[in-house]
Amino acid sequence: MAIIYIENKPYQAPEGKNLLNACLSLGFNIPYFCWHPALGSVGACRQCAVKKYRDESDTRGQIVMSCMEQVAGGLRISIDDPEVREFRASIIEWLMANHPHDCPVCDEGGECHLQDMTVMAGHAYRRYRFKKRTYANQELGPFINHEMNRCIQCYRCVRFYRDYAGGRDLEVFSAHDHVYFGRHDHGTLESEFSGNLAEVCPTGVFTDKTLKKHYTRKWDLQSAASVCVHCGLGCNTLVAERYGSVRRILSRYNGAVNGYFLCDRGRFGYEFLSSAKRIRRAAKRNSASGAMEPADKKIILRSIKEIIAGGRVIGIGSPRASVESNFALRRLVGPDNFYSGMSAAEEELTALSIRIMKSGCASFPSLRETEKADAVFVLGEDVTNTAPMLALALRQSVKNRAAASLKKNRIPEWDNGSLCVIKDEEPGPLFVASLLPTRLDDAATRIFRGSPTQIARLGQAVAHAVNENLPAVSGLEQAVAKLAEEIARELTEASAPLVVSGAGCLSGPVMEAAANIAAALAAVNPRAGLFLALPESNSFGLGLLSGKPLDQAFQRAEKGEVRAAIILENDLYRRSEKKRVDRFREQCRHVIVLDFIDTATAAKAEIILPTAPFAEADGTLVNNEGRGQRFYRVMDPEEDCRPGWRMLAEIMEYAGIGDAGQWTTIDDIIAGLCAEEPELQGMREIAPPAEFRIYGQRVPRQPHRYSGRTAMKAHEDIHEHKPALDFDSPLTFSMEGFRSGPPPSLIPFYWSAGWNSVHALNKFQAEIGGPLRGGDPGIRMVGSSHKNFEYFKPAPVTPTPGGREYLLVPYFRIFGSEELSVLSPSIAGRIPGNLLLMNESDAKRIGAGNGSLVRVAVADAGASLAVKIDPGIPEGVAGYPAGMPGVEFMNLPAWGAITEGG
Amino acid sequence: MLEEIEMREIDEDRARCHNTRAGMIEALKIVQRRRGWISDDVLYELSAHLGVPPGELDSVATFYNLIFRKPVGRHRILICDSVTCWVMGEEDLKRRLSEKLGIAPGETTRDGRFTLVPNACLGVCDRAPAIMIDDDLHTGLTPAQLDAILGRYE
Repeated sequence: MAIIYIENKPYQAPEGKNLLNACLSLGFNIPYFCWHPALGSVGACRQCAVKKYRDESDTRGQIVMSCMEQVAGGLRISIDDPEVREFRASIIEWLMANHPHDCPVCDEGGECHLQDMTVMAGHAYRRYRFKKRTYANQELGPFINHEMNRCIQCYRCVRFYRDYAGGRDLEVFSAHDHVYFGRHDHGTLESEFSGNLAEVCPTGVFTDKTLKKHYTRKWDLQSAASVCVHCGLGCNTLVAERYGSVRRILSRYNGAVNGYFLCDRGRFGYEFLSSAKRIRRAAKRNSASGAMEPADKKIILRSIKEIIAGGRVIGIGSPRASVESNFALRRLVGPDNFYSGMSAAEEELTALSIRIMKSGCASFPSLRETEKADAVFVLGEDVTNTAPMLALALRQSVKNRAAASLKKNRIPEWDNGSLCVIKDEEPGPLFVASLLPTRLDDAATRIFRGSPTQIARLGQAVAHAVNENLPAVSGLEQAVAKLAEEIARELTEASAPLVVSGAGCLSGPVMEAAANIAAALAAVNPRAGLFLALPESNSFGLGLLSGKPLDQAFQRAEKGEVRAAIILENDLYRRSEKKRVDRFREQCRHVIVLDFIDTATAAKAEIILPTAPFAEADGTLVNNEGRGQRFYRVMDPEEDCRPGWRMLAEIMEYAGIGDAGQWTTIDDIIAGLCAEEPELQGMREIAPPAEFRIYGQRVPRQPHRYSGRTAMKAHEDIHEHKPALDFDSPLTFSMEGFRSGPPPSLIPFYWSAGWNSVHALNKFQAEIGGPLRGGDPGIRMVGSSHKNFEYFKPAPVTPTPGGREYLLVPYFRIFGSEELSVLSPSIAGRIPGNLLLMNESDAKRIGAGNGSLVRVAVADAGASLAVKIDPGIPEGVAGYPAGMPGVEFMNLPAWGAITEGG
Repeated sequence: MLEEIEMREIDEDRARCHNTRAGMIEALKIVQRRRGWISDDVLYELSAHLGVPPGELDSVATFYNLIFRKPVGRHRILICDSVTCWVMGEEDLKRRLSEKLGIAPGETTRDGRFTLVPNACLGVCDRAPAIMIDDDLHTGLTPAQLDAILGRYE
């Protein structure tokens, strides 16, 4: 820490840090545009000027840009000096010269960084009376709206999109006063992270197009902290609601998880909440007509009670249901009758991943920490499509070598202009071994393409090259052996090497090889990390509840041991072959489905009970790194919907099972869970209990300027409605309550005096860009304090079948492979067709070309798909669009036949 | 279509460049030299040849005012509007040129003979005001001299 003087008063600031960052961290207000904590400094907009003095006797000083100054002991500056204030006011006046006077019709209005900075810089009246330059806007696809006239040329959009996120279809054109930010031509922004432009743009050039469809000002939005449900990373989100519908998702900063950003699936997937596929009423099948008919919940509960009384009841949980809901189901049916509901491969890989983490074989960095890795090896995962934000983090990791080289030349790491000049010349090592081409290939040093077995063998060869005591891999091709040596060398020489794997190629041996490499590295370098991605929002949490594999449920049904199945928020047709699920359904006399969307499984249920999705429920999700995180409802569920755990508690109470009658709040369930699972004690610490108060007050979900609440339901009733009550959390559905500084896990929105935009976040962080004040929310549930890791033995090589067999491997798409987000209209607009990816010569062999229909058949399933020829696919391999809408489940990877004709 | 000779020249230049990005300006210049301007079709072909997205190439092309993204006349008149030339009578010169050619800066005469382009500095402040037609510099000009000079360019 260095002592710096601001207005002649001493303050502590971290040496070498950026001065603007340090001043903001100390609580000072300095306006800025081109700077962004995640994007670094370029010193372009000239807005963050301060005065710098040589020493105590210097009275004149010199105007400098605070974002380009380094904190050093004895630095003396003034923010309030009249000359520099005037300078800042004139800069913003100039930036605003062409800015339209359209705040009242601009989507950014009320949460606009430009508005805030204009007020902060003191440019209150416009003097520019002349013609303003105008532009044509572009159609940028379903996510982002474009309104170029509002641009103030801060360049943040291209710096984020191109330099940070690796996108290549957003550019800056022209020069002078007609600079244009957009695509080369109209068309959908291709980057998976384009939605962040809405938050990165300081004004209304790039705004959320889904919000526009049901627009609401920030001050009229009721918000709550939530956790993304669309992959296993558990990015933190802020969910905002008005008139009973969710209007948008913003990134909720978590210094250990997603930082400032979100992927587009996480940001725009929320529209599924208003999908026509939502189930909102309890329903029962009419035994005579066979049709589902809405029924009174009491009547349904009575039927369920009778079914349960009949015995032989099993429960099937779900990796997309909260820990609480899964636990409640386990309690209802008993641990012996509780099945996890994951597919066989998911089940195996989740368990393996938890086992590896518990073994403490290496360090397990958080998502955000992976940005700091300086050599990365990805095994079998197309991270952009399975764990998108990890791809964004890895794109940062490849810049660390250039950053180190800057450091050697005494250029600070935050000097982004310098970094961008050299980042492409000294890219850090990133090795990608995958089944099929991945979206990260463009950032990779080297790419290896092979079957799961080949990837695992490469991995074991790397492990051997790191530690020669590990078994060597025999019969390796020379090129592969050389690659293994190179990867091992880079990982060994790195100061923070990282191995990434996961469930992406549905192969245990691949994950085991990754663990071996990480363990071998960690034996000599404690910073060596392993990051394992898991497919769903609560895969890990469900894995901790020791449910049995779904296959065993099917086997029991086969033996006639299952009379009734209660299926929680799970579409079994996504987990197992259609034939087997159909058979299971026939074998169960009663099937009760609890879900919030109408799935193929729900369509065959006898009874349906509507549960509440994340925006209408509270619960805990455990992400891929074992971090338990609480999500809060932003509104009360409507009609018959209830959070899964509450619905199950009602059933138990009605059926008189156990002490469930006492489960009235989520805290009761968590207490029950902790009593049964001592390992999950951390659940209590994730968030404050419902009775938590600050000075006797709750934390309001509505901002101080929330309008119209006395008349919101005036069309139904002229009296003001009583706000919904919340017994599950310290939050309230109201404007009243304690505003400043709730504990981080409870923060419902970022807002601070003078800071109405997303940058109000500055006031909630202990240090700008660092952890939130009070610590980042979430608790790692699995510790690895002691090491008990035993290296995995290389898996035997499975023989290649002869004849016309192809290795069918799954491929996933960020837009398409996830069950809920595909129901969002904006996401649906981005789903590629259901295509079988093949190599050209393979396609030719079966007489197929681009678009021709072929029949794919593996042991228990088959499908007809159109072919897409992709030169990146190895010969003898075909990519199957796993989990895409309308695509049948196959247990992959598997050998199968492909024949021409549907 | 990019011609064989253009591609060869571009590739030779690219080999000298640090990276593809650095080679983009020269590639645009090579193509423009033969065709006078960069059409959309040429831009797409060039981007494919260089292996960069068209937007990235166009970002460079549109930044430089001497890379033309619209057809230009047979002769390009650059008129220097830097401070020195302005002090020494650039405005009169520009007015006269515009009147004579019947075009505003940035436009091309209807017969396709001249395009008038303002330029930030031609680097001859000591001999201001200056214009440049194609590769020829004309300095210390008065409006009266323009007729004779323009006459030399058919």
